[in-house]
Amino acid sequence: MSPPALKTLSSLMGADSAKLLADWSARQLSALTARPDLIKEADLREDSRQFLNAFGRGVQDGSADDINGPNWADARDFLGTLSRTRAQLGFSPAETATFVFSLKEPVFTALRDKLADKPAMLIDELWGTSRVIDKLGLYTVEVFQQSREEIIMRQQKELLELSTPVVKLWDGILALPLVGTLDSARAQVVMESLLQKVVDTGSEIAIIDITGVPTVDTLVAQHLLKTVAATRLMGADCIISGIRPQIAQTIVHLGVDLADVTTKATLADAFAIALERTRRTIDNDAKP
Amino acid sequence: MERIPILKMGEFLLVTIQVDMHDQLALVLQEDLTTRISTEQARGVLLDISSLDVVDSFIGRMISNISGMARVLDAETVVTGMRPSVAITLVELGLPLDGVFTALNVERGMELLRRRVGVDKLRRARIGRA
Repeated sequence: MSPPALKTLSSLMGADSAKLLADWSARQLSALTARPDLIKEADLREDSRQFLNAFGRGVQDGSADDINGPNWADARDFLGTLSRTRAQLGFSPAETATFVFSLKEPVFTALRDKLADKPAMLIDELWGTSRVIDKLGLYTVEVFQQSREEIIMRQQKELLELSTPVVKLWDGILALPLVGTLDSARAQVVMESLLQKVVDTGSEIAIIDITGVPTVDTLVAQHLLKTVAATRLMGADCIISGIRPQIAQTIVHLGVDLADVTTKATLADAFAIALERTRRTIDNDAKP
Repeated sequence: MERIPILKMGEFLLVTIQVDMHDQLALVLQEDLTTRISTEQARGVLLDISSLDVVDSFIGRMISNISGMARVLDAETVVTGMRPSVAITLVELGLPLDGVFTALNVERGMELLRRRVGVDKLRRARIGRA
């Protein structure tokens, strides 16, 4: 079936757009889904006016079936911006889509008035209009989702970079406080940044503190052991600190062999051992 | 034929690998080194691999072998200057080189070697007295 031409809709958008806009705005403002707390009446009217104009340009040449076409570019742009700004204002994606869907009622009413005596044509026009508006409504949801995904991806990347700080505690002593779950990708970043820092600072001892790691499974334990082994190969030594009682139990239950690794309960204990190994002492009573 | 030079420093032997290591070269090095340890009565070997940026399982095994052979000949081995990428590769290959001493650079390696050999001498002296 070829797409319906929507001639009546097109002429309606041209001639009666002012009346349509007034009708639509009034309906939106009185609807239960109106959010006067999030958007001002004037802004809503302006949004409605702009969308109606873009919608009018979209249906102008009758090819209303494909909203990806060039005649819908304005409408797409406007809805993209609208979806983003409304999401920032705190609208849910359903509410944003409802804004578009709510156009159906005034348009359908207007069409009914125009084509009251031609039921077959009325059905065609209604069907075509309904399809276009549905597509545009879903488009806002799509844009909303896309912008959400972009944010999540960016945050994930930032988190990965932020979550592996290697800090220098003392000359020759590095600490790596791990916070959050360790997966393969993160463990790899942890290992690489630690080893690079060992080379850069010429440190002899690295302390891996896992106080902030919620669970340890075999994979995480294996990653830790690999990091320890690689650090040793480079000529430095590794101490693991901050093992919580539950994690100690898990490690033993899993049968992970940490016998060759120095483990300490707290970062302070590990630091004390590290100072000892680098032949340094802390003197509490030192005179200036 | 290409060979890796072995330098003598007191009672230690110094080997720095500065070319791409291929299998034949590794075997020749093994041969040369064991001979030199024996003829020079060396007490320690320092193997510097700071210029080595690619390793495979064979080279990893060779490093481990050299250390083992040296120990049989009563010499300690210290591997120095391993790059992070090399260390990660060896660990991923499952070659954590157990029993091989490592140090960050040649200076620290020498220090470690002196300490190790010194401990050895001390033990020997005690046995002598007893």
